[in-house]
Amino acid sequence: MTAIADAGEVPLALRLRRAERMRRMKALALVVPLLLFLLFTFLVPIAGMLWRSVDDWEVAQVLPRTVAALGAWDGRDLPGEDAYAALAADLRQAYAERTVAVAAKRLNYAVNGFRTLLMSTARAIRDVPEPGAARATLAAIDPAWERRETWAAIHGARGPVTDFYLLAALDLRRDADGAVIGAPADQSIYRSVFARTFGIGLGVTALCLLLGFPVAYLLATLPARTSNLLMIFVLLPFWTSLLVRTCAWIVLLQSQGLVNDALRWTGAIDDPLRLIYNRTGVFIAMTHVLLPFMILPLYSVMKAIPPAYMRAAASLGAPPAVAFVRVYLPQTVPGVGAGCLLVFILAIGYYITPALVGGAGDQMISYFIAFYTTETVNWGLASALGAVLLAATLLLAVVYGRLVHGPSTTGGLKT
Amino acid sequence: MDGGIPVATDTLVRFAGVQKTYDGEHLVVRNLDLDIRRGEFLTLLGPSGSGKTTTLMMLAGFEVPTEGEIILDGRPIKDMPPHRRGIGMVFQNYALFPHMTVEENLAFPLSVRKLPKAEIRERVAAALAMIKLEPLARRRPGQLSGGQQQRVALARALVFNPQLVLMDEPLGALDKRLREHMQLEIKHIHESTGITVVYVTHDQGEALTMSDRIAVFNDGVIQQIDRPDELYERPVNSFVANFIGENNVLSGTVEAAGEGLCTVRLDAGGAVTALPVAVNGRGARTALSVRPERVRLYREGETPAEPNALPATVLDTIYLGDHSLAVLEAAGNPEFMVKLPPGVRLDLRHGQPVTVAFRPEDCRALDPIRQP
Repeated sequence: MTAIADAGEVPLALRLRRAERMRRMKALALVVPLLLFLLFTFLVPIAGMLWRSVDDWEVAQVLPRTVAALGAWDGRDLPGEDAYAALAADLRQAYAERTVAVAAKRLNYAVNGFRTLLMSTARAIRDVPEPGAARATLAAIDPAWERRETWAAIHGARGPVTDFYLLAALDLRRDADGAVIGAPADQSIYRSVFARTFGIGLGVTALCLLLGFPVAYLLATLPARTSNLLMIFVLLPFWTSLLVRTCAWIVLLQSQGLVNDALRWTGAIDDPLRLIYNRTGVFIAMTHVLLPFMILPLYSVMKAIPPAYMRAAASLGAPPAVAFVRVYLPQTVPGVGAGCLLVFILAIGYYITPALVGGAGDQMISYFIAFYTTETVNWGLASALGAVLLAATLLLAVVYGRLVHGPSTTGGLKT
Repeated sequence: MDGGIPVATDTLVRFAGVQKTYDGEHLVVRNLDLDIRRGEFLTLLGPSGSGKTTTLMMLAGFEVPTEGEIILDGRPIKDMPPHRRGIGMVFQNYALFPHMTVEENLAFPLSVRKLPKAEIRERVAAALAMIKLEPLARRRPGQLSGGQQQRVALARALVFNPQLVLMDEPLGALDKRLREHMQLEIKHIHESTGITVVYVTHDQGEALTMSDRIAVFNDGVIQQIDRPDELYERPVNSFVANFIGENNVLSGTVEAAGEGLCTVRLDAGGAVTALPVAVNGRGARTALSVRPERVRLYREGETPAEPNALPATVLDTIYLGDHSLAVLEAAGNPEFMVKLPPGVRLDLRHGQPVTVAFRPEDCRALDPIRQP
């Protein structure tokens, strides 16, 4: 090695960094538009959603004095007179500013009937209560103010952040003492909805794998011309909208639909089968929609497995079935993993298809997210459900990464 | 190749009237009759598309002959699936299973034969020792160099003691030095195990180095099957003469034939005496074949000792280290090459008139070269 950096010259390492910096800047410039696009259409909305699932601003904004007065409250007994006085003052002001409903809606999530309590109390407080008589005044309006749970609800919703929505999304809540407990049975629905969502996702994934694997194998082994033609049929569903395809299934599967009519005409059945507005319909329609997402990664992996491997296995004495199981199948694992992950993640986020072809008991988590977003405008709970779904999906992606890319020592011997 | 001819000459494989077509129009292999002797190293040599790989694949069982029969060890195997033939095979890109370690790759043919675990371990260890790769037993193929992968592929094809091993251009992906090393290693394994090897290559140097016999393929037909020295010294037609080694071609017409020699009138003028090999007597068109090392160069004023002498003009000289080549224009051939022995001074100028001379027995009158 000769010393390239002479005295007075810029050191070699620095020059290398400068040269590399130019290259990096160029590379960055190429991806900046996409990065910005993703930032504003993807990352910012997701961050916003995640924030909404813990954001708790309503009570702190509408009842600021009450929240301040409860600051030192230990939660064991009823709060002191100053808290009652602060609440009375807050409610009077909020009533004048017409903001009571905002806080009432939030508190009603925590305790059923709180909306009525707060609204009627705000209406009833005309004058500032005598000093020292705030508690008596409020208790006279509604005895609920003499209950610890009422105040605990206000204290729990003081903000600025809360785990209330996230706990609710998992059928959990905090009791008056702040301990996490399970929600009453008649209000517990999300765990079973998540279980149903993952169950349907798993079922659809299994069906797609079962149907897609042989097709992908056929596509990968046929001559290019035939396989290209068949590939068009695989991709055909992508050329029509999801809604149209789902509605087509309704036409096909309903009791007077083509499938039932055909079956009755052949005499296979007497009464129409219930194929739609139940779990069967959900499985059929979702499997159809998601099948290409299974076939494509499988196909691309299988296409890269040279036929020489199967020939080598045969020449070494392995019958076709043994060669398939011991040589071919293990090499398709990355494709199986990618296809299953893709289909499962897409499936658990499905909304339109189960909403159209499923019954009341087949609705998946997205239906409830949409319901809370558009119907009841409970964005906190909608966001929390979304956050749980996102967490589950990320967890899966990590597990997949560990499973498939962990022993990444297959080497580049694919050509 | 002294002593390289196997003593046992009984036939292990017989191709009888085998034909193969893929598209129903063109025969890739036509009327192949070929006997492979037990224990020999037979190379199928030829340009791409000559039918040599198809022949190998039919023997391995991956292609079915359109016509004819293949007999392995006395049994017809046309309808026998590849996994029951018990033929080892080394593939062009090795086809080592990427998801298995070296050990597992070597154990594969034994475990599908359901051998006892202890025996599998023993034979895998022996195979690893043979290729000297014991330290790499737990590696996967992707972590090995090309030469190491090649050795594993070889060991895997041999580990279940087949009586026949097929090799499909196994050294094609290696660099020159490693290729030469592996040629010797394969040859050594062949000699020490006594196994029958059928080797496909388009590299004539490889074929000459390793083989007991070489079958030269072209157009789906074996042009000549012979020992390497016979093939080089005594090619029976123009294709073999041109495909193996350097060759000078002079075209002409047979003028007179007799006493084991014939006189050929060259198209460019002049006549030479040649050995008739593939000519049909007087008036026949012929392509004369003269090896560059069989030609001597004479300067102006020198008298050639050989009967055949032709005037030539120097075009170029090429220094190749161990020898030199003079490229001349002679008898209408603008690429007439003469091999100059080492030590000969290269003081030939471009355009210098010289004389080339060769003996009649070094000049073989072969079939005329077809104009493409």
